[in-house]
Amino acid sequence: MIRVNVNGKTEELDADPATPLLYVLRDHLQLNGAKFGCGLGQCGACTVLVDGRAVFSCVTPVSTLAGRRVTTLEGLGTPEKPGRLQRAFIAEQAAQCGYCIPGMIMQAQALLERTPSPRAPRSAST
Amino acid sequence: MRPLVLPGIVTVVAVACAAGPIAPAPAPARASVEPALVSRGAQLATIGNCHTCHTAEGGRSFAGGRPIETPFGTFYGTNITPDPDTGIGGWSEQAFTRALREGLDREGRHLYPAFPYEYYTRLTDEDIRALYAYLATREPVHAQNRPHELRAPFNMRALLGAWKAVYFERGAFRPDPGRDAQWNRGAYLVNGLGHCGACHTPRSLLGAERKAQRFAGGEAEGWHAPALDARSPAPVPWTAEQLAKYLRTGLDDVHAIAAGPMEPVVRNLARAPEEDVRAIAAYLEALAGPPSVERRKKGEAALSQAQTGSRAGGRGAEIYAGACAACHDRGREAGSGGALPLALGTAMTIPTSSNLLHIVLEGIAPPRDGAGRAMPGFADALTDAQVRDLAAYIRSEFGGAAAWTDVDDELKKIRQEKK
Repeated sequence: MIRVNVNGKTEELDADPATPLLYVLRDHLQLNGAKFGCGLGQCGACTVLVDGRAVFSCVTPVSTLAGRRVTTLEGLGTPEKPGRLQRAFIAEQAAQCGYCIPGMIMQAQALLERTPSPRAPRSAST
Repeated sequence: MRPLVLPGIVTVVAVACAAGPIAPAPAPARASVEPALVSRGAQLATIGNCHTCHTAEGGRSFAGGRPIETPFGTFYGTNITPDPDTGIGGWSEQAFTRALREGLDREGRHLYPAFPYEYYTRLTDEDIRALYAYLATREPVHAQNRPHELRAPFNMRALLGAWKAVYFERGAFRPDPGRDAQWNRGAYLVNGLGHCGACHTPRSLLGAERKAQRFAGGEAEGWHAPALDARSPAPVPWTAEQLAKYLRTGLDDVHAIAAGPMEPVVRNLARAPEEDVRAIAAYLEALAGPPSVERRKKGEAALSQAQTGSRAGGRGAEIYAGACAACHDRGREAGSGGALPLALGTAMTIPTSSNLLHIVLEGIAPPRDGAGRAMPGFADALTDAQVRDLAAYIRSEFGGAAAWTDVDDELKKIRQEKK
């Protein structure tokens, strides 16, 4: 049994220690915000926060999360009461097909938690 | 270490101001430079890796500013564009030649051997002319050189005179008549322009290469540069064919990807003349010599382990299974992007944990200006304790060697750099 704090709630999980966090979120906890894209830690659709930092949940074994804090898209707000960043994405209609948007939101959330007023790099070279 | 102190003190006095300035001369007008010579120089510059150290990330080409971390402090690549005020626009071909052959700038001051004149001293006149023609016809960029940030006493440039008197051997490349033309071409490039030994040879505390251990494995920017001779840590012995492919693409099916400071080297060599890269590969294959029976057997064992994948056991194995195996274990999952089975890697067989920890924490990034393989970094996903478990598992399972003792130190260093 592995105890993991997900969105502020302690969850007791009966899973193989090597199971990727993404599978546990979706299959055990019915938190379907994080998406399966490539399963290789490349595309980012599965991004969640662990202790406030963006990680790819598809290549994060659940055994590494004991005593750590996981935040998923659902932890930022609800459909009725979306969080600030979620409201911004809705206001800007910042989606195309939308499948990977949860990953984008969580990456943006991680950035904003560390850098509340980010600026674009001064000399973007491309 | 050689007894340095006494002769050192004597030579400091003698050598500190040994050379005079060479009068400034304007860079040759573009139109007057033969285009064929310029393109020859461009090809040579790729083998010399000039652009890498002399260009800041995202900065103008050859305008300097790139930090180079060393045990002596941080060097900053200098501006070698033909700008007359801040670059080498005032350098005549004679001054440029003297810098490459003797490690002196135009004004006669000693240059730090971070600029590998210990190798460039072997360049032919024709190659120096071509490099000069190439650099003199680049876009001049006005960019002041950033002063190096070195620890005492290395920040005292005058001491370099003594260092050079003891360690620096001037002299042209001497071909070996007993070897064929390709080997000799490779020897010239590896020990001259390519300056491979600058990273792949161990150095003393004073930064001098240990000549008796040439190519026995050195250090570059916090990474281990593996041995190139018979001590090569690659599980499968390299062939010239594989080396040539690796040096131009950074990839070979049964060897680790070019990472860390080697990544820009292969990116440069991708644009070098193919026959030159083949010559380098042939020379390196000969340097390592034919693999022993034992070495060949080890290679075969690694290849078969690469097919079977990893075994279970312990916390490190659990992390490996959940974080690494999806890409690195053959047959575990489709579409792994060709990640290397770790039984074929070198990061786990070398004496230090530095390369493995760099790769685990930082991942593998494709070059800024092109396509390439990518591996995510796990710096935020794994705690220090978890990285230690994973490293211990990979070392014993795939490296098949005694546990590293430097993991804590290396981990701390890399975490610090990332902050």
